[in-house]
Amino acid sequence: MQSEIEVIRASVPQARRPDRTRRVDVGGIEVSVVEWGSEENPPVLLAHGGFDFAGTFDILGPLLAEAGFRAVAWDQRGHGDSDMAALYTWEADVRDAARVLASLESVSPVPVLGHSKGGGMTNQLAEVLPHRISAVINLDGIPNERGFGHKIDRTDVAALDAELAAWLDHRRRAGHTLRRADTLQGLAERRRVMNPRLSVEWLQYLVTVGAREDTDGWRWKIDPTLRFGPSGAWRPEWAIPRLRGLHVPFLGIVGTIEEEMGWATSPDEALPILPDGAEFHALANTGHFVHIERAEDVAEIVVDFLGRTL
Amino acid sequence: MRTMFVDHVRRQLALHELREGSGHPLLILHGLGERSPTVAPSITQGWSGPVFALDFTGHGDSTLPAGGGYTCEALMSDADAALAEIGPSVVLGYGLGAYVGLLLFGSRPREIEGLVIADGTGFDGGGARPTSSKLLEVPSDQLGDTTPDPWALLELASDIRPPDYAVEHVRQVAALADMDKAVAVVSIGRPEWLEAAMESDVVFESDIATALSTFDRL
Repeated sequence: MQSEIEVIRASVPQARRPDRTRRVDVGGIEVSVVEWGSEENPPVLLAHGGFDFAGTFDILGPLLAEAGFRAVAWDQRGHGDSDMAALYTWEADVRDAARVLASLESVSPVPVLGHSKGGGMTNQLAEVLPHRISAVINLDGIPNERGFGHKIDRTDVAALDAELAAWLDHRRRAGHTLRRADTLQGLAERRRVMNPRLSVEWLQYLVTVGAREDTDGWRWKIDPTLRFGPSGAWRPEWAIPRLRGLHVPFLGIVGTIEEEMGWATSPDEALPILPDGAEFHALANTGHFVHIERAEDVAEIVVDFLGRTL
Repeated sequence: MRTMFVDHVRRQLALHELREGSGHPLLILHGLGERSPTVAPSITQGWSGPVFALDFTGHGDSTLPAGGGYTCEALMSDADAALAEIGPSVVLGYGLGAYVGLLLFGSRPREIEGLVIADGTGFDGGGARPTSSKLLEVPSDQLGDTTPDPWALLELASDIRPPDYAVEHVRQVAALADMDKAVAVVSIGRPEWLEAAMESDVVFESDIATALSTFDRL
């Protein structure tokens, strides 16, 4: 008789758990690395978005493996099955990405694909290691001047006061709290608020991967101290000339429907700032999670692009 | 000296009471790579309240975390944890601690009763604007079990400190702290973030003795 988890996973037949799992030391903590496809195949490195985990590639990863690639993803620090860290920063995430890339021991430069935050990270990886990256594929992680996520007017004293205080209040509590426990279905429903275009079956599938079952219910594995919050000193416009300055083959794919988690960079904004010769696809009737909503189309575009550029 | 450990975001932060007192607490924030003094500095002799000093994460007797990832915002939350412990305080920050103190003042304008910005290590960070991206690496043979954390030395000397970010925080102080003169600059060093902050009416130049005496009387 099938377990509840097996039944849920069977309801998303196109998804497949990784062929291999390993851990990589990133300087005193370890991240969990997963792979689909033969180790003999040419690698492609996949970077997930913020508050996601490598299991969000359980559809795209197998499609890339079927096309002859070794698809390699990892849980960023504090996410999924990776260790929780004491400290989190964008720069450390990019450094961790470089360590995972190095763990492939590939003699040749490697193509990288990133979704959302992972797209911003892989853009930067290509900037700091241009000799190690053969192509960049960016799924709705193209910067714009407005930034992403919780956008407030930082000249509005009351709004900024509320945001800064809320972040510090969270930090005063964090470390003493757990993520809220729920039923498997309840956890999927809660995720649906931020991922409204994804199917219930897929969201429940994600729970079986990205959450754990404790005695009092299911809770996401992600470090409870992590929280959307003030972006600090970083200004989103700084990323724009850096993107334009990349000289590796570049493929950008966005959906045309704006979503809470999306970067909302329109084609009109994206086209002038992409590297010379970049390829760009805006998928109609598609939201932020292009690699899930349109997995087969995205895989076809990616495989075609890599076939022509590598 | 009495040391208490504050449990903060799965870390133990060493908060030292250097001298007891009955007035407003004074909280000392050290510079990059430093640790708290073991005795109250002579300059605080006239201070009527207790004198505290905090070791930031990865410094002094506080937790040495694995894997780096330092930001001034994380250190600001360290100092906020100290405020939660000792209550509203005047902050005396050196270098990195001065910048962190300004961020905290802007974020907790009702819980800080004055900030003194003094020269110290890590005053400038990585400068006012981004330079070319780079991968910061600490060789594994340099990672030991003693503070200061080499990751802190590297990362907190590389973080960007834009003038407009400092201005945002001073604007919060000016609007919400209910103080005409809130930030005393006693440093001779003037990083760009500080130059920009000094445009505000609530920031004034002083010397350390006068600044402490002014805030002690409030």
